[in-house]
Amino acid sequence: MTKLQEITSRRELFVNLTLRELRGKYKRSALGWLWSLLNPLTTMLLFSFVFRYFLRVDPPVGDPSGLHFFAFFLMCGLLPFNFLSQSLTGGMASLIGNANLVKKTYFPREILVAANTASWLVSFLIELSLLAVALLFVGNVAFVWLPAILMLIVIQTMFVGGLALMLSAAAVYFRDLEHLVGIVMQAWFYTAPIVYPISYVTNQVKKDSIWWTIYNLNPLTRFVEAYRDFFYNLRWPPADQLAYIVVVSVITLIAGYLVFGRLEGRMAEEL
Amino acid sequence: MSGPPIEVNNVSKRFRLYHERNQSVKAMVMRGGRARYDEFWALDDVSFEVSQGTTFALVGENGSGKSTMLKCLARILRPDKGSLEVRGKMSALLELGAGFHPELSGRENVFLNGSILGLSKKQLESRFDEIVEFAGLERFIDMPVKNYSSGMYVRLGFSVAINVDPEVLLVDEVLAVGDEQFQRKCLERVAELRESGKTIVVVTHSLATVRNLCDEAAWLEHGVVRKVGPAGEVADAYLGEAHVDREVDEKSHGTRWGTGDVRLTGVELVDARGQVTENVHTGDAVSFRLHYEAARPIPRPVFGLGVYTAEGVQVTGPNTRQADVWVDKIEGAGTVDLRVDPLLLLPGSYIISAAVTDETISHTFDHRHRAFHFDVQPGTPHETFGGVISFNGRWAVDGRG
Repeated sequence: MTKLQEITSRRELFVNLTLRELRGKYKRSALGWLWSLLNPLTTMLLFSFVFRYFLRVDPPVGDPSGLHFFAFFLMCGLLPFNFLSQSLTGGMASLIGNANLVKKTYFPREILVAANTASWLVSFLIELSLLAVALLFVGNVAFVWLPAILMLIVIQTMFVGGLALMLSAAAVYFRDLEHLVGIVMQAWFYTAPIVYPISYVTNQVKKDSIWWTIYNLNPLTRFVEAYRDFFYNLRWPPADQLAYIVVVSVITLIAGYLVFGRLEGRMAEEL
Repeated sequence: MSGPPIEVNNVSKRFRLYHERNQSVKAMVMRGGRARYDEFWALDDVSFEVSQGTTFALVGENGSGKSTMLKCLARILRPDKGSLEVRGKMSALLELGAGFHPELSGRENVFLNGSILGLSKKQLESRFDEIVEFAGLERFIDMPVKNYSSGMYVRLGFSVAINVDPEVLLVDEVLAVGDEQFQRKCLERVAELRESGKTIVVVTHSLATVRNLCDEAAWLEHGVVRKVGPAGEVADAYLGEAHVDREVDEKSHGTRWGTGDVRLTGVELVDARGQVTENVHTGDAVSFRLHYEAARPIPRPVFGLGVYTAEGVQVTGPNTRQADVWVDKIEGAGTVDLRVDPLLLLPGSYIISAAVTDETISHTFDHRHRAFHFDVQPGTPHETFGGVISFNGRWAVDGRG
């Protein structure tokens, strides 16, 4: 039985571990699931105040939606970023935190990381649904794009999962990796157009400069722009950009799987 | 299925001993490369086969690699060299309740743990009642396991693991947990599996387990197989040699002295049926069996025992001279039995010293001070008001009793 067949044959374990993550996360708190929504809501309020009213960030007018609303503009980028960030942080803890499982039982270890990513995916889906519902009140009917949005989520999940596999395996060998990743995530947040429109970048750097190319190669930039096109602008993202993130995501997932496979051998000893 | 259920071919496993406790990116950058480490081979070219329906023991001292071998079989560790194959559904009892989530209820954990061990939801649903009943946790199954006692935790863990219904079962001495009653239940369950033709691998350093429970065994020492074969033969070889090899060590600790012309190689407890045991009860008929090996013919030796409580109080110190039991000469390997019927020690842990001297007791061939240890379980007479021994007396009140 090959590794991939083995992983797919343990779907039930995957579901159970995902449920464990979800149940464990909020089980002991009085507000339960509400906590998972409180966090992005608070960020939304704070960022709206700081960036919209103090720093005067002006969100673009949705084309063709005509929407002009900073909080919505922000959330279209913040939610995908949170999904990425939480999955990577959680992924790095998923093997170390389950050391007793890895050391005492056998099952494909990828499932632990996948279950962690899946649990954040569930939160992400709930948040996106609420965002879509809220958008209805300002006249944006994003639901029309549902199949395309789902495809985009699948692509991002591949990207996130691939990175989580790599980092989680590496974190077993380098215990301070999570601090390093924490710093990188902060940089990643501000180098993607999440709290500011991408036009602010083109105002500063020329479109034919190397910086602009690098800025655009950032997959997170492309993801944020794609989500924003669907939810905020109500239009298709440019085909070449979609193609780019598909390619990047597939490569990341394959690379993650291979790296994990290489590092898996001595995991039980190193934990 | 083709071939035996377990096949191990030239398996070697290397561990890395890092010079620093934890590796980190910081350390790597500062040093400018990967961490330095020493290597050591926990398993070195190990080969054996376990055939269908066999109960197989891996024996050896601590650090001999027997647990590493088991973890390789369980696929938790990956060998660096060689190949191993386990055919058929496998369940490993390495740690009971590994993977229980403290916040989740017993019920949720049964399903979670079961799926880790490879059971489907359907299978778990049909076995759920049996699992809970076996663990004896019907009333507590919907409580979070963080509120369980450690005994309850382990019982539930065992119950799930044993109900996986494996074709190959790997056990790592975890059976020595829980209260006595549950232990017996576990052993019965393992015996059932054994009778139904399952293949079982047990890691143990209890020779009683090897002799009474196992068909075949492999004796590992420093990662190398010393002997593979029928359980009794391997146990004899292990008992005979493993302890001799430790001699130097023990001498330096002052726990063993003597000329070594006769060596005491081990002490065992033997029950009434002649089986080696580690489980004796107050009131049982037992024999203390000394194994010796005489390097040259020794005339009229004297064998003696000292039994101490765990606190160090000597309980008794019989020897063959005072009992006036003599043999003209010993040579080679042999055994000496001290038959005790009934054993009047009350439940507790006891320590044994053993010695062999010449006729006059002034010349010690081998004295092994507090070298062995055994436990006494409750039996009859049943006394719980302290002390070390029972008088086994009879009461009479006003002349009636």
